Amino acid sequence: MSEATFLDTTELVLNMGPQHPSTHGVLRVILKLDGETVRGTECIIGYLHRGVEKIAENRTYVMFNPYVDRMDYVAAVSNGLGYCLAIEKLLNVEAPPRAQAARVILTELNRIASHLLWLGTHALDIGAITPVFYCFREREEVLKIFENYCGARLTTHAFRIGGLVYELYDGFEEQCRAFCDMFIPKVDEYEELLTNNRIWVSRLKGIGILNEQDCKDYGVTGPVLRAAGVKWDLRKAQPYSGYEQYDFDIPTAQNGDTFDRYTVRMEEMRQSVRIIRQAVDKLPAGPIMGKVGKVVKPATGEAYVSIEAPKGELGYFVVSDNSTQPYRVRVRPPSFVNLQALDVMVRGGLIADVVAIIGTLDIVLGEVDR
Amino acid sequence: MGKLFRTVFLVDLLQGLWVTFRNQNPKYIYTEQYPSQRPKISERYRGAPRLNINPDNGETLCISCNLCALACPENLIVVTSQRNEETRKKELTTFTYDTSRCMFCGLCEDACPVDALELTQDFEMASYTREGTILDRQMLEEGPHPTQYRS
Repeated sequence: MSEATFLDTTELVLNMGPQHPSTHGVLRVILKLDGETVRGTECIIGYLHRGVEKIAENRTYVMFNPYVDRMDYVAAVSNGLGYCLAIEKLLNVEAPPRAQAARVILTELNRIASHLLWLGTHALDIGAITPVFYCFREREEVLKIFENYCGARLTTHAFRIGGLVYELYDGFEEQCRAFCDMFIPKVDEYEELLTNNRIWVSRLKGIGILNEQDCKDYGVTGPVLRAAGVKWDLRKAQPYSGYEQYDFDIPTAQNGDTFDRYTVRMEEMRQSVRIIRQAVDKLPAGPIMGKVGKVVKPATGEAYVSIEAPKGELGYFVVSDNSTQPYRVRVRPPSFVNLQALDVMVRGGLIADVVAIIGTLDIVLGEVDR
Repeated sequence: MGKLFRTVFLVDLLQGLWVTFRNQNPKYIYTEQYPSQRPKISERYRGAPRLNINPDNGETLCISCNLCALACPENLIVVTSQRNEETRKKELTTFTYDTSRCMFCGLCEDACPVDALELTQDFEMASYTREGTILDRQMLEEGPHPTQYRS
């Protein structure tokens, strides 16, 4: 009998999280293990649930604006942009060109900051400790620009409905240009540390493969989708906030494994720098606030606006009932949708790769749970 | 041959270490020695709230219009006022600002028509008690008194 149990190993159920440092927040994953092989997973979410969508129903449109920063707190500016665009669509107004260009610069800076945080923590999960310090050093420069512009580093509340409330400060262009010049060699430096590193490559190549069909079935967006070879970016597919004026490429890869997602994100940071350079060079003069009254009161109707956040498609669906408070705000967070693909990616792999795969999905639990 | 060479002489490892050593130069030190070395706070920083007073006569600038309390998403500002019978003007009596619930969004500051309420560059607002984070009119006019450390 004892021999039989030795040969037919039973399934072991292991609980990972919610306090595990590599789950990037408070994600709890129940792993079904056969030895070291993962046979199945179950994600348990909701530890960071704050009822943001319900809060929206009890606040006016203007008052809810700071709350959206607290969903994806790593990319707060992108969240604010999506919300403001949705309300602007309801109100039928458009931000002036100067505000649009400033929004593009700030969201692209935020994309860089988000990817830098991802790179640092992902490398830390795998076991490379050095990149996290370098990434945070460069992220600090981005946060300084945010602090100078709108007065906060993380939960920025940078955009208002109809445009911007703060005029760009003196030296904004110079600081952005200096950051761009400084940043490109730094990306090369990260690549020097990681791309040819044998441990890094063997930990990432062929791990967590998510092919094109699976990506489409699960509705996965963002760098995860692009790493599977699908050339889909909302900035090109349905340009918003004047993205059609800027010249940039959509980086893609073929295999859809963890290494490809890494290369896609590294290339995206370079493309973001390209966009920032162009936007700073042709920053138009003019007003920064559109024609929006003090009291925001859209007519009855609904609007859905989706933008390309650093993590994927971020959508806001807002229903108005002709009052100052929204009837319903529904958020389509990229992290929540991308997290669904975790089971397919992990199944059949080794337990040590679970951490790498959670890291490569680039989830923020504030956005998953809302 | 190339692969063997790289494996034996640990070329990949040395390549990574070269980046690490390149950053050892003292001019790349970014750490701030916080209590003794003060961080540089930008002009627009949204920190501790302050209720501005007129420097000439020490009277408050607040006209107790209550717009900040209405603009606040968390309803944490309470303004009370009394009507002066002689001048027929509202006069501020108390002003409470609960920083424990504040998220420093700056909407109150934007709403103020006379620039009386302002979010300042002070960021040291820690308190030992919950009650200590609720600022009254006197504390708002004086501003926070953080402990000063000798460097």
